[in-house]
Amino acid sequence: MEQSSHIKVKDLNVYYGQNHVLKNINIEIPNNQITAIIGPSGCGKTTLLKCFNRLIESVDGVRVTGEVLVGGENIYDPKAEVTHIRKKMGLLSQRPFPLPMSIYDNIAYGPKIHGERNKKELDRIVEHYLKEASLWEEVKDRLKTPAGSLSIGQQQRLCLARGLAVEPDIILGDEPTSALDPQSSRHIEQKFIELKEKYSIVFVTHILRQAKRIADYLIFIHMGEIIECGPTKEILENPKEKKTQDYVLGIIS
Amino acid sequence: MDKRKIEESIFKVLMIISAITIIVSLGLILGSILYKGLPSLSWEMISQTPKGGYYLGKEGGILNAIVGSVLLAFGATILAAIISFPIVIFINVYNRQNRWLANIIRLTFDILWGIPSIVYGAFGFTIMIFFGIKTSLLAGIVIVSLVVLPVIARAIDEVIKMIPQGLFDASYALGATRLETSLKVIARQASPGILTALLIAFGRAIGDAAAVLFTAGYTDYIPTSIFQSVATLPLAIFFQLGTPFPEVQARGYASALILTLVILVISIVARLLTRKYKKFKI
Ligand SMILES: Nc1ncnc2c1ncn2[C@@H]1O[C@H](COP(=O)(O)OP(=O)(O)O)[C@@H](O)[C@H]1O
Ligand SMILES: [Mg+2]
Repeated sequence: MEQSSHIKVKDLNVYYGQNHVLKNINIEIPNNQITAIIGPSGCGKTTLLKCFNRLIESVDGVRVTGEVLVGGENIYDPKAEVTHIRKKMGLLSQRPFPLPMSIYDNIAYGPKIHGERNKKELDRIVEHYLKEASLWEEVKDRLKTPAGSLSIGQQQRLCLARGLAVEPDIILGDEPTSALDPQSSRHIEQKFIELKEKYSIVFVTHILRQAKRIADYLIFIHMGEIIECGPTKEILENPKEKKTQDYVLGIIS
Repeated sequence: MDKRKIEESIFKVLMIISAITIIVSLGLILGSILYKGLPSLSWEMISQTPKGGYYLGKEGGILNAIVGSVLLAFGATILAAIISFPIVIFINVYNRQNRWLANIIRLTFDILWGIPSIVYGAFGFTIMIFFGIKTSLLAGIVIVSLVVLPVIARAIDEVIKMIPQGLFDASYALGATRLETSLKVIARQASPGILTALLIAFGRAIGDAAAVLFTAGYTDYIPTSIFQSVATLPLAIFFQLGTPFPEVQARGYASALILTLVILVISIVARLLTRKYKKFKI
């Protein structure tokens, strides 16, 4: 299983109205590795990431064609159940969005909507995933306080714990450290490295050094097209395409 | 002195004048109600229904109108909220992409908002005559709820419209449906705004005289069912001020004072009760 691919994208095209933003995307996201989507601003990184959990559908006037296979199942199949698909993926957004409720309820929210009612079990889940996101020690005495009172860095870890609590297989991140201070950023990066044993992680970043530090696999997008993808080392040391070379050298940004 | 500095000082003066105008008007209104009404305000007025000859200056109070107004305003506010919440959720959650439809619905509410309440009253009256229905608490609630419906709907709509897409996405990403997201996340985030909307609507409903005139009727008794007529404070004030007797007119001012106090007490209690939710807003 180690090297098999978790998400397969086939002939994916995305249009915002007349604007063709993703063009014939064909990629595979490997299992239990950290994949970074890199590329200049506005090239379609966020759009691609949102295709993986169909959040793209909440955008005004969007049209998606092609297939995204997650574990072999096409999530754009009309018969696919969107809540079921999203449950399989945790999401970290560019800036953390805690839910307007207590720290405890933020974590319990997902398990509750998926049917967990047992108070003891919920307590266990909350503690377990707060520990998994290294937040437990900081918040264990104030679980009933509003999540909005945490620092931004803590909020992002809370969002990570909240995502993990629905037991996904995949973690998606859209520049998950861009709103954070350096220390909180390193915290999240460290978490990703620990978590890749159990999850496949895909994240967007515009920081090449960050991709270099933690990603195993790189996908380079430019103007809505995949220019190159492959193991991080290969892409950074031996880019085949001229555009990748330019990006790596900092000529395109 | 340069032009921009002059502009700045002119505008400052304007702001101060506006602020003073508002505060002074409020002070004058409250002052005159207090001045004219306070001497006649008595425990009897708020604890008894009118006895025979009350409007000629004899004994009794306006408990009938206090109870009637509170029941009517509560009923109308709750009914309007029950109707408007799904519409607001529809245009902001389910149909978020379809700006066109949402704007038509918003425009409809804005037009309804602008219609004077006497028109709603007349409309209700026409329908009641057609079906041969008598004036009642229920009819009053239904018509007043139409008056406050656009107020509630637009106020909640404005609040929910401002909620960032990221908060919706955070809930969807966990596998929540749109209904779960609406009820458990969006409604919570909007709860201070929803409360404000309800309070504005309540204030409008309890203060409305025109819509209840034909629909709720007037009676000296406290209703025992929603199919009976009810008295309301604005009409009680109107009838008392309309008599030629100074002591009854003074009770009219006292009634206005009571109406103001009812709104004040309900606002404060509602804020206290919902303080708990406000604190979770992000
Ligand atoms: N909601 C939207 N409606 C229309 N165009 C959009 C929308 N979101 C993004 N775009 C456009 O799509 C392109 C890709 O955007 P995005 O995926 O956000 O890029 P990135 O995340 O790489 O910066 C950009 O040109 C952007 O202007
Ligand atoms: Mg982006």
